Amino acid sequence: MYKVIQKESFSDTTFLMEVEAQDVARAAKPGQFLIVRLGEGRERIPLTIADFDREKGTVTMVVQVVGKSTKEMSYLKVGDYIQDVAGPLGRPSHIEKRNKVVLVGGGLGVAPVYPILRAHKEAGSHTISIIGFRNKSLIFWEERFRRYSDELIICTDDGSYGRKGLVSLPLQEILETDEKRRGIEEVIAIGPMIMMKVISEVTKPYGIKTTVSLNTIMLDGMGMCGGCRVTVGGGDKFACVDGPDFDGHEVDWENLLKRQKRYEKEEKLSLRLFDEHCKLVERGLLK
Amino acid sequence: MGYTEEEALEEAKRCLQCKKPLCVEGCPVAVPIPQFIRKICERDYEGAYRVITSTNPLPAVCGRVCPQETQCESRCVLGKKGAAINIGKLERFVGDSAIKNGVSIGLTDVKKKGKKVAMVGSGPAVISCSLELLSNGFDVTIFEALHTAGGVLKYGIPTFRLPNEVVDVELSKLASLGAEFRLNKVIGRIYTVPELLERFDAVFIGTGAGTPKFMGIPGEDLNGVFSANEFLTRINLMEGYKFPETDTPVGMGEVVAVIGAGNTAMDAVRSAKRLGAKRAMIIYRRTEKESPARIEELHHAIEEGIEFYWLTNPVRLIGNEHGWLKAIECVRMELGEPDESGRRRPVPVPDSNFVVECDTVICALGTSANPIIAETTPHLKTSRGGYIEVDPKTGRTSLPRIFAGGDIVTGSATVISAMGMGKIAARGIISECGM
Repeated sequence: MYKVIQKESFSDTTFLMEVEAQDVARAAKPGQFLIVRLGEGRERIPLTIADFDREKGTVTMVVQVVGKSTKEMSYLKVGDYIQDVAGPLGRPSHIEKRNKVVLVGGGLGVAPVYPILRAHKEAGSHTISIIGFRNKSLIFWEERFRRYSDELIICTDDGSYGRKGLVSLPLQEILETDEKRRGIEEVIAIGPMIMMKVISEVTKPYGIKTTVSLNTIMLDGMGMCGGCRVTVGGGDKFACVDGPDFDGHEVDWENLLKRQKRYEKEEKLSLRLFDEHCKLVERGLLK
Repeated sequence: MGYTEEEALEEAKRCLQCKKPLCVEGCPVAVPIPQFIRKICERDYEGAYRVITSTNPLPAVCGRVCPQETQCESRCVLGKKGAAINIGKLERFVGDSAIKNGVSIGLTDVKKKGKKVAMVGSGPAVISCSLELLSNGFDVTIFEALHTAGGVLKYGIPTFRLPNEVVDVELSKLASLGAEFRLNKVIGRIYTVPELLERFDAVFIGTGAGTPKFMGIPGEDLNGVFSANEFLTRINLMEGYKFPETDTPVGMGEVVAVIGAGNTAMDAVRSAKRLGAKRAMIIYRRTEKESPARIEELHHAIEEGIEFYWLTNPVRLIGNEHGWLKAIECVRMELGEPDESGRRRPVPVPDSNFVVECDTVICALGTSANPIIAETTPHLKTSRGGYIEVDPKTGRTSLPRIFAGGDIVTGSATVISAMGMGKIAARGIISECGM
């Protein structure tokens, strides 16, 4: 059992959860993920590691409520326990000193970018961070990013804070300017699939190495089921053991976007039943 | 169904009690078969259990899943003229009686040796290696990657063939003998094998083969295409058959085609039928005769109304515009000259392509070695397929204090052969520790 020691709401649907897991924290590296299971009969939920503290022995996840399991997780309070936390899983991000590195985070993807940013800063790279949120109220970790970014651009879809528009726009501008582009050796993008696809398209004409982190459908997270397979460079890769980091220029995005809808119908059913159940509980008709 | 006591007694009485029992030679762990059968005749079922468990710690499991027809039973003298003794069912009877009556292996006077061994995985190889070490006074810690112990016995073999309760009883034996279970620990990630060696006197790797193979034909990335591992794990480990009461859906359609004809293929196709598939079929490029499945499993599948496309090979999976599977294009095959395996090589019949409509395809084509341990253990010698190389006499790998056994060494094999190797490795560990 793994104790929840901190919980912070970023919005109605996004929250941070810090969990005690000594040996996971000891081994965790930027870019890796966890699989969390709340209890008997529950799903195995893959979640990217947003932070880890080796001294405290904790790992942090930032979670968006998208279905039944994440909603149920959002109801956990400090002091509650999670039954299973497996990890760290996946290969750690490859971090080497870059002249300049651009770190792009979209929405929830901002969280897992953070340890990679920190590692790059510590490796001596010049760091440019571009992080985007739907609106001002959803922004989190601005301070953390400011601390490790040589340059920081914050975007909101509605312009309520920072620049208005998607994260791909400032990236596009940087790349279009020869002087700004000079020295950029890698772009790292984590966020919604569609955002990572767009970022990969933006960088492709410039031939800049672009690394994306794929949070695909997964079951075991250690190479056993193949449910997470993605087409990369024309071949089959398993996101859980070969990734989650891949070359964004090699990923077959169309295919991946279709595969992400594999269990859409079941996910909706599950969520609807859970919501109905919760309503009955609220009305005191069920325990 | 298992034997009643009367049935078991009747069957046991048929045993000739050969002086030189060939059945024992056919058993990978040399269970003293005539002796345990004699105990049954004497109605001493606990005694029978002790005889079996002197070499095989899991009679209730092996009685169900061993391919007896190619092992012990194939050597039975009675089989030459009539029916061989049904050793498997007798073994299962003994194992089940022991579970029912709460008989356990019970170790007495085991002196602790002060040596600690880390087990990686918790399937058959690890269970047998652990029991052997525990009964020799070693401390054992079992690191399991999933949230439940048991390995393939839990996630792979369906409950209609091996009930989870049987596996749990066997695992609880380990715990009662002092084995410590650490779940959710993926070795190679949370601790590497070299890191384990800092805290343990030896490490045994019994992680299973693991990684599923696909066909490498167009369309395998369509929605509705599973590996057998994924399909069976969703059902068995995650209890997806209870969805939405449980959270993990199986996501099976109505017409299910399983590619391959081994035991896992039979498990998958029979599971599909039980889950309510309107049509469930096996597609295999060779004939029934070359099918690697146990005859018993094949017969069960036929009885249950599974359709078979023998001499048929998929060439392409066809999807709709949303990326969902809707059909398989296949080609008819015929058998040509024998290949390296001695089986006649299937070759495509020109212009014989045809389309089978289906919305679910399950690839049961075997597995390859999971790469995590090898990647994170420098200098560990593996074969070309990534399987770990060991000395067959001791189970030791190319590195000191690191042992391995089961499917991660041999590739997909049987529960009993994994158990045999686990035991050999235990002996290897004991002697390397100077005990």
